[in-house]
Amino acid sequence: MAHFSFFHVGFLAQAMLWTVLLSVLAFAGGGLLGLAVALCRVSRRPALRWVTGAYIQLVQGTPLLVILFLAYFGISILGFQLAPLVAAGIALTIYSAAFLGEIWRGCIEAVPRTQLEAAECLGLSRAQQMAMVVLPQAARIAVAPTVGFMVQIVKNTSLASVIGFVELSRAGNLVNNATFQPFMVFITVAFFYFCLCYPLSLASRRLERRLNANRT
Amino acid sequence: MSYSFDFMPVLASWDRLLAGAWLTIQLSALATVIGFALGTLCAIGRLSRITWLRTLVGAYVETIRNTPLLVQVFIVYFGLASMDFKLSAEAAAVITLVINIGAYTTEIMRAGIQSIHRGQIEAAECLAMSKAQIFFHVVLLPAVERVYPALSSQFVLLMLASSITSQISVEELTASANLVQSETFRSFEVYGVIAVMYFALSVLFRIGFWAVGQLVFARRRKLGTAL
Amino acid sequence: MQTVLNEVRANAAPVPAASDIASTQPSVISVTDVHKSFGSNQVLAGVSLSVNKGQMVAIVGRSGSGKSTLLRCMNALETVDSGSITVCGHEVSDRQAIDMRALRKQVGIVFQSYNLFPHLTVGRNITLALTSVKKMSREAANRKALDVLQQVGLEQKIDAYPEQLSGGQQQRVAIARSLAMEPQVMLFDEVTSALDPELTGEVLKVMEQLASNGMTMVLVTHEMAFARKVADVLVFMHNGRIWESGPPNTLFDAPKTREFAQFIGSGL
Repeated sequence: MAHFSFFHVGFLAQAMLWTVLLSVLAFAGGGLLGLAVALCRVSRRPALRWVTGAYIQLVQGTPLLVILFLAYFGISILGFQLAPLVAAGIALTIYSAAFLGEIWRGCIEAVPRTQLEAAECLGLSRAQQMAMVVLPQAARIAVAPTVGFMVQIVKNTSLASVIGFVELSRAGNLVNNATFQPFMVFITVAFFYFCLCYPLSLASRRLERRLNANRT
Repeated sequence: MSYSFDFMPVLASWDRLLAGAWLTIQLSALATVIGFALGTLCAIGRLSRITWLRTLVGAYVETIRNTPLLVQVFIVYFGLASMDFKLSAEAAAVITLVINIGAYTTEIMRAGIQSIHRGQIEAAECLAMSKAQIFFHVVLLPAVERVYPALSSQFVLLMLASSITSQISVEELTASANLVQSETFRSFEVYGVIAVMYFALSVLFRIGFWAVGQLVFARRRKLGTAL
Repeated sequence: MQTVLNEVRANAAPVPAASDIASTQPSVISVTDVHKSFGSNQVLAGVSLSVNKGQMVAIVGRSGSGKSTLLRCMNALETVDSGSITVCGHEVSDRQAIDMRALRKQVGIVFQSYNLFPHLTVGRNITLALTSVKKMSREAANRKALDVLQQVGLEQKIDAYPEQLSGGQQQRVAIARSLAMEPQVMLFDEVTSALDPELTGEVLKVMEQLASNGMTMVLVTHEMAFARKVADVLVFMHNGRIWESGPPNTLFDAPKTREFAQFIGSGL
C-alpha cells in the first residue's frame, strides 16, 4: 500500500490530459452533429423537425450513463471491438449533440425575424439566408451558453471511467486502490476538474454579461 | 449481423428492474425535497449582507457546479468511510444528491428572489407587515412560482443523474440493469429497456411537477400566464 | 424689488404652518426644518409643514423639487439628515426610537406604480395585511375587503388578478388596500402620473370621496385642477423648500412668488 504522493498527483495530472482529449472529441463531434440537429429543428420540412425533436426528447430523457452502456454494448453487438475511448466519444457525441442542438436552435430563433425577412427580400436563397445572415448573428448569441455547456461536457467525461476508459476519474479509482486514501485522492481529482471547469464557467458568465451589455 | 435480439430474459427479471425504478423514485423525491429546502436557505445566504456568508455559499455553489457528480459521490461514500463515518450506500447517495441539487437550486432561487421588484417589498412594509411575513408572502412564494419551470427541469435532471449512484452499489434502476446484464448477457436489450423506463419516469416526473404547480399556484391555474 | 423680496422670503424663517389657516383640529403631521441630501445633492433644504386632522394638503412643484422625498420621509421610507418629523405621535425622524410597524399601521401610502401583489387576487391583496398584521379572521378580513372595494367601486373584481385590471382599476385597488388598514393619514405619491388620461378621473373621484369622508390626506400631484378644487391647503415646493402655502384659490389668484406664477403659468 503506497502513500499518496506527488507521483500519484502526477499520474492524475496525466489522466487529466485524456479527460481534455475526450472533452474535445465530444465537443467536436457533438458540435458538428448538434449543428445539423439545430438546422433541422428550424427547417421548413416538418418531417426533419419532428425526427430531430424526437431525438432530442429521447436523449434528454435518458441518463448519460445508460446511453454510454448502450453505445459500448451496442458497438460490440455489431461485431466491432472498439476501445472504450471511442465508445465514450460516440456516446458523448450523441448526448452533446442533443443539448447543443437545442441551445443553438434557441440562438437561431433569437435572431430577429426581420433579419430573415430582409435577407429574403434581397433575393437570397434559404441556404444563403442562413449562412450569411442568420447563423453569424446566432453564433454571437450562442458563444456564452456554448461555453457554459462545455463545462457539462468536461464533467460528463467522468462517466467514461465506468466503461474502463482511463481518464481522470478512473485514474482516481486506480490511485485509491493503491493508496487507500479516498478522501485525499478524490479531493485532488475534484480539484483538477475544478481547474478545468471553473475558467470555462467564468468565461461563460463574462461573455453573457458582455452580450447583454451590447444588446441594450 | 450475428446477434439476435432476445428480450425474454430481460422481461423475466422485470420485478427486479421495477424494484430498482422504485428506489430511483424514492431517492430522487427525497433528494428533491431536502435539496430544495437547502437551496432556498443558501439562496437567502447568497443575498445576505454578511460578506463571509455570501462568500461561503458562493464557494459551495461554484465547487459543486464545477466538479462531476461521480467524484462527489466517491468523496462522500469512500472518503467519509475512510474517516470512520460509515454510511450506507443509500444514505451517501441521498446526501450527495442533496448537496448537488442544493447548489443548482441556490442559483435558481437566487434569480427568482432577485426578480421581485423593490416596490413590492416597499408596499408590504408600508402595510406594516413583519420582515418574515414579507419574505414569505411577497418574496418567496412569487419567486418560486416564477422559477418553477426551471426548478422542475432541474429536479428531472436529478432523477436521471441518480443513475450515477449505481457506481457505489445503490440498487437503483441502472444497478439493477447491470445485475441483469451480468447474468443474462443481454446487454443491449437490458439497457434499451431501462432507457425506455427512465424516459417514462422523466415524463412521469414532469407531469407530477406540472400537477403540483397547478395545485399550488392558483394564479397559474386560473390565468395560464407566466408571472 | 420682487427678486429682493423673493430672496428675503427664501432665507426667512419657516413658512407659517398650515394649521394657522382656518382649522381648529389637532396637528397630525408636523414637519420642522427638515434637511435631506442624497450624496452631494441637497433635496430638502429646510422644510416645515403641518397637517391637521381632516385636511387635504396637496404638494405641487417641478420634478426634483423634493416633494416625493418629503412624502416618503413622512412614512420613514427615507431618512432625514436633520430636523424633525412627527406623524400621529410617532417621532419619525428618530431612527433609533421609531417603531416602523406601529407607524405604518396608522399611515397608509399609495404609490405611483400601484405595487399590487401580482400573484394574489384583488381580495387577497387586501386581506393579506389584515390577516397577518391585524390578526383578523379570514371571514372578517374578507368582509372588510368587500367593504373597501365597494367604496372604490370595484367589489365585482374581488376575485380578479391585478393583470386583468386596467391601470385606473389597479390604482383604486391600491387605495382600497391601504384604506382597509384604517389609517389615520393617507399619503399619495403621484398616483395618477402613470395612468392614461382617461383613467385618472376614476382615481381622483375616489380620492375626493375619501376627503369628503374626513380622511387626512397628503398628496404629491400634478393634477392642478383637482388640487385647486378639492385641497384645503396647497403647498408649492421649489429647490427643496416651500415657497408658497395656503388655500388653493388664494395662491392661484394671487401668487406671491415669481416661481409659483411661472409654475402655474407653464401649465404643469
